[in-house]
Amino acid sequence: MTDQESISIFSPATAARFDALVLKYPLKRSALVPMLLYAQDEIGYLSDAVIAEIAQRIGITQLDVRSVASYYSMLRFKPAGRYNVQVCTNICCMLRGGYDILDRFKKELHIGHKETTADGTFSLEEVECIGACSWAPAIQVNYDFHDELKPDLVPGLIDAYRGKAAAKGAK
Amino acid sequence: MPDVTFTVDGKKLTAPAGTLLIDACRKAGIEIPAFCYYPGLSLQAACRMCVVRQEKVPKLQTACTTTVAEGQVFITDSDEIAQARKGTLQLLLGNHPLDCPVCDKGGECELQDMVFKYGAAESTYADAKNHREEQQWSPAVYYDRPRCIFCYRCVRVCGEGMDVFALAVQNRGSSAVIAPNEGTQLDCEQCGNCIDICPVGALTSGSYRYQTRPWEMNHVSTICTHCADGCKVTLGIRTTADGAEILRASNRDSSGINDDFLCAKGRFGFDFVASEQRLTKPLVRNAQGNLEPATWEQAFQAAASRLKAVRDEKGGNAIGVIGSNRTTNEENYLLQKLARTVLATNNIDHERTTDYPAFAQALAGTTGKTASLKDIATAPAILLIGGNPTEEHPLLANLLRTAVRLNKTRLYIANSGPIKLDRQARLTQLVPDGDFAKLPAFLEAGAADFAKAIAAEESLIVVFGQEFRGESAGKLVAWGLKRASVRFAYLGDHSNSRGAADMGLLPDLLPGYSPAPVPGKTLGQMLSSSLGALIVVGADPFTSHKFPSEASKKTFVVAIDLFLTPTAAAADVVFPAASLYEKSGTVTNTFGDVQLLRKAADRPGVKPEFEILVRLALALGADIKALVPIGVSGTTGDLGQSRGAQMGEADRHSVYIKGHNLEPRLSPFDPIALLDEIAQTVPGYSLDRINLLAGNSVTTEIGAGPGFVSVAALSGEIAPAHDTLFTSSALGRYSDGLNKIAQHQSPAQSTAAAD
Repeated sequence: MTDQESISIFSPATAARFDALVLKYPLKRSALVPMLLYAQDEIGYLSDAVIAEIAQRIGITQLDVRSVASYYSMLRFKPAGRYNVQVCTNICCMLRGGYDILDRFKKELHIGHKETTADGTFSLEEVECIGACSWAPAIQVNYDFHDELKPDLVPGLIDAYRGKAAAKGAK
Repeated sequence: MPDVTFTVDGKKLTAPAGTLLIDACRKAGIEIPAFCYYPGLSLQAACRMCVVRQEKVPKLQTACTTTVAEGQVFITDSDEIAQARKGTLQLLLGNHPLDCPVCDKGGECELQDMVFKYGAAESTYADAKNHREEQQWSPAVYYDRPRCIFCYRCVRVCGEGMDVFALAVQNRGSSAVIAPNEGTQLDCEQCGNCIDICPVGALTSGSYRYQTRPWEMNHVSTICTHCADGCKVTLGIRTTADGAEILRASNRDSSGINDDFLCAKGRFGFDFVASEQRLTKPLVRNAQGNLEPATWEQAFQAAASRLKAVRDEKGGNAIGVIGSNRTTNEENYLLQKLARTVLATNNIDHERTTDYPAFAQALAGTTGKTASLKDIATAPAILLIGGNPTEEHPLLANLLRTAVRLNKTRLYIANSGPIKLDRQARLTQLVPDGDFAKLPAFLEAGAADFAKAIAAEESLIVVFGQEFRGESAGKLVAWGLKRASVRFAYLGDHSNSRGAADMGLLPDLLPGYSPAPVPGKTLGQMLSSSLGALIVVGADPFTSHKFPSEASKKTFVVAIDLFLTPTAAAADVVFPAASLYEKSGTVTNTFGDVQLLRKAADRPGVKPEFEILVRLALALGADIKALVPIGVSGTTGDLGQSRGAQMGEADRHSVYIKGHNLEPRLSPFDPIALLDEIAQTVPGYSLDRINLLAGNSVTTEIGAGPGFVSVAALSGEIAPAHDTLFTSSALGRYSDGLNKIAQHQSPAQSTAAAD
């Protein structure tokens, strides 16, 4: 384990978090799903290296990790854009124009569902309920919510995130 | 657990509290269908086929997870339940191809049976089916994704059962698949238990697929010819124009000591029987010095005339006999009897893989101190010393894993390095190679934690092998005999090496380990001296011993074997022999369990060793009736005419024969006639005949006769085979199935062993 930690692909903070997680549950493997989520937040997706290290940390096979990870549609095996735009089209959002929002994003970004822009800044996803029904239609960009949207607000949102990306520089 | 009484379909049933309803019902003869439930594996409750109505419970309950308690009332068969099961089947068929006519499983498919029973053949789902291409995961395992019904049996048998964890479910819902551990390839022990356990045709076998339909085969239960565990294997046999071929090996009926377990060798290694390289004609060395095909008569005459000449001119001591680790007990007994009586020699031995005589000597004068393979499954504590059962004794390894998993057996391992079974062990102890002899003293001292834990065990089975020979085996057994309930199992290598030793294929020991009056030459001594003649049955000593040496080039060699081994190629007369799958008789596994062989395959041109030896004796002018006890009480026999009427209980026919004063054995080629003699003359072999004939394993006792001298001097001639999961000494190289699997596994083998 120590060898593996010294060449961990995660940041020291995340690695420390994982060290604590595996000890937290009576069964080590209970830590699997939170670990996968934190790993995805940091690396962007579940790469082979992520799966290998998590399997090693928990002491289960990589096949088992893949088996759990592939069950959850919010865990990705391919990189998403820096800003992952998740548009809700469940009933409340749908009734209040969620599909119009989705279509506008498609048009503005020139990408479709589960696709990423060429520069890697944005990716787009049509998702199930994100729990913002009272303020429908709503979208989630990474962990930020934008609600009571209208299609015409979409270009402004995109520009704002482009600006943010430019300010931070290429990752 | 105390017994409780509950009602199923109006019938009062009794079972221990906490028994699963499905088990209790099946035991009482009430059938409850299930795809995902499998005895011995963890509960899944995924298939919803076993639903039953429980009184006062609002919804249907799964019988596989319901435990019985006092006073419960269940209904397992009603319109409501039939409708629920039919609905489940319709959902399963929603994405299941209706390719039963070409599916390997058609005719023995659990899904097909259920659809027939519940009439769900017409689906109300009109959506297009989600087709995917079939995948080949290894030479042995194919996966047809659309046929899979996600019962997870394969995942569980691979993980829990085999402790390999090579299969898992990926994705979710209608896009779920079973995935192997290496992407599209399977890196595992290739045991094929996943194929066997699959209720549908999703996992199919590389060797069996598209070969036949299940109902076109005869199914013959016999004993596997590969390792010394003696798994029962049911061979699927199909008649051909000139004999009968083996198409499949499995043990789906779960009879025998191995339940439904088989390893790669047992399941895929039967194809050596049909190898093009099999000998099918007797060969005799002609005047030019080449082996050329001959008739059986010519070959027997050629062999007998020289053997007779050597015996009469130089005496029996100039003749050597080397027996086999893979022939039946009857053949081994006959071979040594032929050598000792007709050829007048005690120069008889076999290629020893372990030191059974030392084990017998150590146990001399005891009874009930040996453990059968069945005992492993129920033992509270087991001490395994040396070896790697996962590779060399796959069934033993499986039973150990199962015992630890289901019975909480405490497994202790003392070994010279890590082995896969360490994962099941409660404690392990490192014993440097060569230091095994010190282990009894170490255990006796009881200083270390390991020794203390062993000392605290009230009942213990000690499993050990070739690391202990001669005196060291004696010391280990002596340590165990001091304690009240310690039993022993001693591991050897081939399917009947225990039988070879028990039947006296030894220069200094007669059958049952009683000392021979005049000890003969050992195998090594025979090959290094200049014998007049040598008979080699089912063995290849010339490869291991670099024969012929200068001194023995003139030796007349008779070989009886399946293949033209280097030994057979150097012989003067070669007889083509039948494999263990092509003959009847009995074999003894390394635990001393005797099991009955039944003739399954049939290949033209070969004869069982038993018949070859009888005919050779006949050509030597021997009195056959003295060799094989036939016609003892007369010559009027029953040739089977009363068989039909007197079938039934296994011994009813023999009672009938005795009552009518008929001779039970009339054929000199009947190995069972010799078994009668073995049962009378070999100590420990008075077998429970009814169980033997019924196909069960029957335990024997091992123990030396009086006046037995130490055999430690011979230890140098013991050469363990060290077969792996995919090798089988002399036979493995002729099995395409095994070779392909070995090739598939070879680059990844090290990682598989280490995980």
